[in-house]
Parts: sequence; structure tokens; C-alpha cells
Amino acid sequence: MSDQERVLKFQIFRYNPQKQGDKPRMVTYEVTEAPGMTIFIALNDIREQQDPSLQFDFVCRAGICGSCAMVVNGQPTLACRTMTSTFEDGEIKLLPLPGFELIGDLSVNTGKFMRAMSERVESWIHDKNADEVNFEKLEERMDPDVADEIYELERCVECGACVSACATKRMRPDFLSAVGFMRLARFAMDPRDKRSDEEFYEIMGDDDGVFGCMTLLGCEDYCPKDLPHQTQIAYLRRKMALIK
Amino acid sequence: MKIIYTDSLVIGGGLAGLRVAIASMQRGYDTIVLSLVPAKRSHSAAAQGGMQASLGATIKGDGDDEEVHFGDTVRGSDWGCDQDVARMFVNTSPKAIRQLSAWGVPWSRVRAGDREVVINGEKVTITEKQEAHGLITARDFGGTKKWRTCYTSDGAGHTMLYTMDNKAIQMGIPVHERKEAIALIHEDGVCYGAIVRDLITGELIAYVAKATTIATGGYGRLYAISTNAVISEGIGNAIALETGIATLGNMEAVQFHPTAIVPVGILTTEGCRGDGGLLLDKDGYRFMPDYEPDKKELASRDVVSRRMTEHMRKGKGTPSRYGDHLWLDITLLGRKHIEKNLREVKEICEYFLGIDPVEEYIPVRPTQHYSMGGIRTKPTGESPTLKGLFSAGEAACWDMHGFNRLGGNSVAETVVAGMIVGEYVADYCAENALNVSTSTIQDFMKREEKKITDLLVRDFGENPFRLKAEMQKIMMDKVGIFRNGEDLEQAVEELKVLNQRAKRIALRNRISSSNPELVEAIRVPKMIKLAQCVAYGAMLRTESRGAHAREDYPERNDRDWLKRTLTTWKDDSADLPELTYEDLNIMKMELPPASRGYGVDNTVHHPDTPKREQEIEEIKKANPGADRFELQQLLNPIPIPEKFKGKNERIGRGFK
Repeated sequence: MSDQERVLKFQIFRYNPQKQGDKPRMVTYEVTEAPGMTIFIALNDIREQQDPSLQFDFVCRAGICGSCAMVVNGQPTLACRTMTSTFEDGEIKLLPLPGFELIGDLSVNTGKFMRAMSERVESWIHDKNADEVNFEKLEERMDPDVADEIYELERCVECGACVSACATKRMRPDFLSAVGFMRLARFAMDPRDKRSDEEFYEIMGDDDGVFGCMTLLGCEDYCPKDLPHQTQIAYLRRKMALIK
Repeated sequence: MKIIYTDSLVIGGGLAGLRVAIASMQRGYDTIVLSLVPAKRSHSAAAQGGMQASLGATIKGDGDDEEVHFGDTVRGSDWGCDQDVARMFVNTSPKAIRQLSAWGVPWSRVRAGDREVVINGEKVTITEKQEAHGLITARDFGGTKKWRTCYTSDGAGHTMLYTMDNKAIQMGIPVHERKEAIALIHEDGVCYGAIVRDLITGELIAYVAKATTIATGGYGRLYAISTNAVISEGIGNAIALETGIATLGNMEAVQFHPTAIVPVGILTTEGCRGDGGLLLDKDGYRFMPDYEPDKKELASRDVVSRRMTEHMRKGKGTPSRYGDHLWLDITLLGRKHIEKNLREVKEICEYFLGIDPVEEYIPVRPTQHYSMGGIRTKPTGESPTLKGLFSAGEAACWDMHGFNRLGGNSVAETVVAGMIVGEYVADYCAENALNVSTSTIQDFMKREEKKITDLLVRDFGENPFRLKAEMQKIMMDKVGIFRNGEDLEQAVEELKVLNQRAKRIALRNRISSSNPELVEAIRVPKMIKLAQCVAYGAMLRTESRGAHAREDYPERNDRDWLKRTLTTWKDDSADLPELTYEDLNIMKMELPPASRGYGVDNTVHHPDTPKREQEIEEIKKANPGADRFELQQLLNPIPIPEKFKGKNERIGRGFK
């Protein structure tokens, strides 16, 4: 890491819908780069030193919680783990994630979207007996490989990068998007979930579901957890095509 | 005035809060969860390593049961815990994990046959039993006699939280996101909900409830460098403190985790060492066996953190621009293991350090990690002094951790406490009517409105960001891993000054709606009060116990200090909290105080200890045929909600 300080130039989208008369605009801030600086550190620096009204969302700041996805130089990504040193010219343009309700500046309401998604795909184990299970007894066994495979698909952090990178979503406002497909694939694989293929079809067997996907695969390109979106969407589509 | 009524109000949407909400909803009570963030983003998600439950399915957990887990937990707490609660906890944890399994957590499973593991730096082959195949497996963690920490790769908190939130969504439990509770409503010693600020519109809303549960997590962000999420600022604890009635317990008990990366303080799980990783110094030398020949890297967290600090003080740390650090070596575990079982750690190393931990050592240093202290509760989860106020999880001092929490016992506590406290919350809703006058609600509302208006109209004053940074620095420098009277006295005095200055905060951005500076201005005075509770409690506790290590009082002093610190802040204009103490009754302990088995035992014993030891011997002699369950009943009968009373099954031994 070089000791030489450089001045970073941040262009940041500013707009507070709560403030009457406020208009969307880009504002430039200069920040002296520190070694190991991430966009999380830089944005806090701007808020504390220059503009205390600047809105953005961070929670874990470790790439685990998915709060901080935003568009960095044209690409949706987790801001907390983006190092400023990766931008050679020191110019960083930040926009809020498209496809979500804007709260203000860089903050968007992914929570509302994700709750609705979870309700829509019924993101839980469907088994009438799940609540009657006798938890004093040994748990139901599961093949160790199956458990590992479920975890692979459950690593989604609901950051919304896939939604904002999806051209189909832009055309179809009710498109379920990759985050929803990944969730469905996760439960379809889980032997504890007793839903039939027909039941899954009811959820995703239309153009707002898996048949609407144009296979542009922005989801695959921008998923910060490298989830296998392409494979899972193809898998679900084949599975659903066999239903009717 | 906007008022929302409910039966069960839960403040905090992490694992503990959601589990309490599920319990009260299951019992038919109207329930609302308030959360600063979408529930799935809560700090519970960051727990990596796993959850302790004595299932004993893996061969290295053979022989494990509630008694062994109980002993580890009590010893880990340095005898500072409430043994009734630790007992409730260990008995219920296997049930909690099995329920979560039915609800959808993809726990990693036992695979029958041979597998290669790393133990004490050596590759060893262990053979898992055929009859255990497909049951929930476990890994090794610090301070435990058995491999007991159940996991999904290193994303245990994530899978648990997702499953819990999905369950809450299935049940239709509303989570009101981006809402911050800024004061509790109470009248005649009974709590009736909270005054809540909408973080988007700025509107104040009174949430009025029969039972109010605070599950807002820890107060790690009182420190400048912490592994905690940025929202772990202790505001739930602070609003309880500000009632002047609720008490906080053991606020000075703050845990430092041995292996956070340098400089940013992001955690790498204890699973790294549990799976065989080693700590090395600047010479590449493995130093822990010199200090702790028995448990080495897997001594209790407080012990490892202190030994690391001692070793760095001897000049053995690797110097860097951010100060000295040591190395965590997981290269010996191999790529396959790391990419499967430590993949979050790998991602963190790649993104924040630019290294591949399969090939390179990870720079680590002990860093603030966990708050053992919190809202003091009875074993039911209710505040002993403010009726109708409950607390669960890290926010609470339910007190199963005493002065040091074992790795893997934290997410376990969130779900177990959520189950148990959730039942008592529902009982409370059943037994009590909502009986609060609207004028009381209005008074609290007006008081909070006025505070915010004052902030918005003040022209000149203190900068809340700066006050916070000053507080965090004091806590880092003077209330850290090793403490001494002189530093602590200075910290207490300096924080008093900050407390006064925090009364004169002025804003640059003077709008009442969505405004990060206003959020900070509301929180910082509360955080400074909590910091004062921690520093003052640490100054007055003239002994060393668990994570509270006094250089000037190195011995654990059971004779004078086997007691829990209770803190109240009765007079808002006072510049210090009031401290009292409650004794831990040795004569009721199942496991009387003894040595934890680390370093030199210099405990100053309590006169009751030998008495109780003798009494236990006599009880055992008088009941030679008693099994472990009967014996426990004789030694310390404790109440557990009816639902959770049953015995737990294990392979090879049934319900014995």
C-alpha cells in the first residue's frame, strides 16, 4: 500500500423526497484517501466532516448483511467492501440502486421489496408437521451433501444487486427477479419443503415468473455472493416447463 | 398524536426479538416488531461460527450432555453467571436447534466414516459413527470440553436469522422497519411500550403495549474499533436506563474477541481455531501453548485475548502502521476445507485485506466483540424493577454469560431466551390488562418532541459526531482488555465532561425528517451514559473476573466480589449513574466456585464455597441411586416453561 495521499473525487446522487422542493442532482465531494479505505469509510467521512445530511445504509460493514448495495461507477455492488484503491483515477460516482423505492440519496427501501418477495414465494418450509415436531427427539436426518447444497443457495443476502442489474425487471415491474428465483430454488431443493412442482408453478409459472426471464444474466454478473443464478433459473425453467 | 396499540411490542428484529415475537404470536397475542433496519440485516446475521447445543452426534461430541455444557458455561463465565439461567439454557438449547432444523436451517450434517481434521496442528483421522449419519454435526470451539458448536459452514447466524424471519413472515408478524424506540412509556412502575421515531418521516409514534421486550443487541459501538455492526449502539439499553427504574447488570463485562482483522476490526470466526487454525507471532512462532499448555488456542476467549496482548507487549507482535498485530494461520486446513467451511472468512480476507487465507496468514488482534452486560432481568426475562419490561439476547443481562461468554453461546442464547422469555411474555399478556392513562402517553410524547425541537432550534453547540468519537477513544484507551484504577478514574472523569457537553448538541442539518445527524444527536447522549456505566462499574470492581481484567487487582475475589453490578440512572441531571450490587448465592449453586484451569489460580475464595461443596457431597451421598436429572433437581430445582421441560434424546443413549 502506498503512503502517498491522493484526493478522491466522489460524485454522489442527492435527493431527499421528504424535503419539499428538493431536486435530484449530483454533488461532488473531495476526500483524502486513507490506506485501506472503503466506500463505507469514505461516505462516513463525508457525512461527519462535510455534509451531515447525506443518507446511506450500512449495517455490518463486512459484506455480510446486504444493506449497502449501490451503483458504483455504473455497476451495482456492495459499497462496504469496495476499496477506494481499486479506482485508478480516483473518481467514484455513486447512485442509489434502481428498481427500489428511494428513501433519500443513496438509501433505498430494499426491505419492503424483499418482504413482499418472501410473501410472494412463501419463503418458508411448507410442512404441516413443522410446528408439531417433537423437538425432544432426534432431528430428522438429512443427507450431508443436500444440507451443503441448500446452504449454497441460501447465501443470498437480499442486497438487491440482481434486481437492479435486471433488464427484464425494468420492463416488467412485477417481475420476480433472481433473488426470488434463488429463494424458490432453495426451497424446491429442500426435502423438508413438501410443496409439489404444481404448487411452485402457481408461484412462478408465468411471464412475471421464470418464463419472463430474458436470460441477460445481469444477476449472474453482479451477485456479490457469486450465487449460481444462471444454473438455477435454467433448472427452474426446465422443471416448470414439464408441468403443463 | 399517533398511537398504535398491541399486546406484545418487541424492539429489535434480530434472532432474539423475532423468536419472542413468534412465541407471543403463537399464543394468540397481537405482536409488532420494531427494527432499525430490515430484520434480515440485523447483527445476528454476522454470527459465523455456530450455536452450542449438546446434541453429541459427532464422535468428538460423544458423551456430551446438558451437564457438560452447563459446566463449560459456568466456568466460562468465571462463576459470574446466574446458574439458574445457565441451567434453563443448556436444557433448552437442543430443543431450540431441533426446532430451527424443522423450520428450515440447513445445519451441516454428520457424514459417516473417516474424515481428516486438524487438531493441535496435526492432521488426524476421525471416524464418524454410522448411526450418526445425517444428524446435525458440530465443531470445536474455545472453552468447551466437547465439540458442541453446530453450524452451517461459517454462516450460522445468517441461516438462523433467515429461517427465523421467514417463520415470522409466514405467521404474518408485522416488522415495522426503520423505526427507532427513543423512550419507554411507563407509569407507576409498569412499562407500557415506547415512543418511537420513524427514521424516514421523522414522525413520533406512541406504540402502546401490554408487554415490551427489548432485544436490540449489544453496545459494542461504544468502542472505536468493534466487530459489531454499526447499529449495535446500545440504544435499547439506554432507554431502559433512562426510565430511572429498570436496572442494567454487569455493564463492565465487555468481551474482546481474539481474532478480528487489522485494521478494520471485522471478525474472523472462532471456528478458524476450532477447526485447527493457529496463532503465530512476528517470528512465525506458535506462542499459545507456552501460556496455556492445556487448551492452547482454544482457551476461553477472554484468556486468549489477554495472552495475545501480553505477547504483543513483550515485543512479539508484528508492527504495522495500525499498531502491532499477530497472525492467524489457517493455511494448514487446506483449500477444500476453507472454501467449504470458512468461506465467509475467505471472502472477508479477499475483499478487506486483499489476501487469500489458503496461502497467507491473516493479521489479527483482540477487538471489542460482545456485551455480557445489559438490561437486568429475572430468569423469566422480565425486569425485576420495571414490570412489563422484558429483554432477551445480547441486550439483556439474563445472565447466562457472567463475565465471559463462550463462543457459540451467543446465537444459542438468542433463540433459547427467545423461546423461554417469549412464553413468559405471553403469560404476562394473558394475565395483565392494558391500563395506562392517555395523559401519561401524551406526557412522554411531549417530552420527546421537546428534546427534538430543542435540538433543531439551537444555533450553536456541540457536534454529535465529534462527541461520539471522543467517547469511543476514551473507551478504547482506558476501558479495554487490561484495566487499571488510574486509567479508569480518568475515563470516568472525562466521560462526565462529555455527558455535560452532550446536553448542548447543535445541528447543521436542521430538519426533523430523515436526518442522519439528528439520529446521531438523539443517540450520542444515550451512548455516553452507557459508556459511563461501563467505565464506572469497571472502576469500582476491584478484582479480575472473566473479561474484566484489572492489572492492579489481578485476583478473582469471590469473598468480596461474587456479585452482580446493578446500575440505575434515577436523576437525569446527575452526572454519574448509581451502582448497587446483588450477591450471587453460593449456597444455591449446582457448581460452586473453583478454578477455571487457566494460568495461576489466585482466587480469593468465599467462605460459603467449602460449605456448599460439603453440602453437595452430602446430598450426593444421601441419594446414591439418583440419576443426573434427579440430582440436578435436588441441587438446584429451577422453573422451566412446561413446553420445554422434557428430556433430550441423543444417539446411543436415548433420553438418559
